[in-house]
Amino acid sequence: MSSAGIFDFGHNPAFSLRPPMLSVTDLSCVRGERRLFAGLSFGLAAGEWLHVQGENGAGKTSLLRILAGLAQPADGQIRWRGEPIGNLAEEYHRELMFLGHHGAVKEDLTPLENLLLAAQLDSLRLDEATALQALVRFGLRGREDLAVRCLSAGQKRRVLLARLAVRDATLWILDEPFTALDVKAVEMLSGLIAAHVAAGGMAILTSHQSMPLPNGKVLKI
Amino acid sequence: MNAFVAIVRRDLLLAVRRKSEVLTALFFFIIVVSLFPLGIGPEPALLRKIAPGILWVAALLATMLGLSRLFAPDHADGTLEQMALSPTPLGLLIAGKIAAHWITAGLPLVLLAPVLGIQFDLDTDALGILVLALLLGTPLLSLIGAIGAALTLGVRGGGVLLSLLVLPLYVPTLIFGAGAVEMHISGLSAAGHLSLLAALLAVAAFFAPWATTAALRIALE
Repeated sequence: MSSAGIFDFGHNPAFSLRPPMLSVTDLSCVRGERRLFAGLSFGLAAGEWLHVQGENGAGKTSLLRILAGLAQPADGQIRWRGEPIGNLAEEYHRELMFLGHHGAVKEDLTPLENLLLAAQLDSLRLDEATALQALVRFGLRGREDLAVRCLSAGQKRRVLLARLAVRDATLWILDEPFTALDVKAVEMLSGLIAAHVAAGGMAILTSHQSMPLPNGKVLKI
Repeated sequence: MNAFVAIVRRDLLLAVRRKSEVLTALFFFIIVVSLFPLGIGPEPALLRKIAPGILWVAALLATMLGLSRLFAPDHADGTLEQMALSPTPLGLLIAGKIAAHWITAGLPLVLLAPVLGIQFDLDTDALGILVLALLLGTPLLSLIGAIGAALTLGVRGGGVLLSLLVLPLYVPTLIFGAGAVEMHISGLSAAGHLSLLAALLAVAAFFAPWATTAALRIALE
């Protein structure tokens, strides 16, 4: 899977007229001896979301990590509001919410402590009542004082969804966000993403499921 | 600064939830130090002579015990990624983690040392110098150890490698730390050795978080 192609279906021409907030030009990624993708270019404007598709090992996670600034591309440039993300660093991070394979949830802490601490690390003001409300919204009522270690895999992911809901970020980069979620939680997450995009936010996600959301761009690598 | 306090509080909370890890290192320190008087026999002059060296070597080894766990759990559960993507500079958060490591691994040694020193027939003044030297030296151990822990993060068999990497770097701390107490016992001023320890601490406090952060960024890629 060395060649990369972009299929911008442009469901809604009105969107593509807006200047892109995130623009990616000629991105390529090399892992070991293998070139995962090359010449990747796309733009994402406010109110748009991107579905990254590809086989296992095609480089979806690598792409997301590069977009988040966690890894360096072999070649190419990523600009946020016209500035290379390397120059922005903390300014970019303030507007970014990255959700990777690992949930960044501390097993020894309770869901509530996890939410509050994550907010503090993000220099976010979050009071206990709002955090509790978010947990209840994602079906964790009565679990807020239980160590995360005692929760099921799906419930752990729900803690992350609550984090997504309380964090006020413009760009969401989500790696396989639907893993381990039940039907109801998938619905909730889809709703969350849809509301975020409708409110002028942006989302980039990988998923092997077909997405029930409208107005998505699709990127195949 | 809020994020710095938050990360210190988080790591202390985690240490409280997993007491065994902290207590293991502490009991290791107590037992190793106590074995020497038992093995060598009650000869006050000899015990007084070897006391500083033994207390310091035991402190080095006890600090080493928990070092491989400094970043590994955060790396495994994705928290380190989130810290790297936080709007707060990563260096500040890492400094917070090192501070928390000293509070859980270094400070208890400082507080226990005078009690253990009595076994070696050290007088009150010598115990005072010992506490002072440890107070300056143990943060140094945490700071230098953090660089090693970051460099060996994600490396297979990293625990052994970490010891090989860090223990030689601990040598100056050991020489000046034990030397301060020895000087006092032989009737000279310990001020020179303590000043050198303080100077080393000042340099390490400035450079170690920076070097650790650089190493962690490489580990994250």
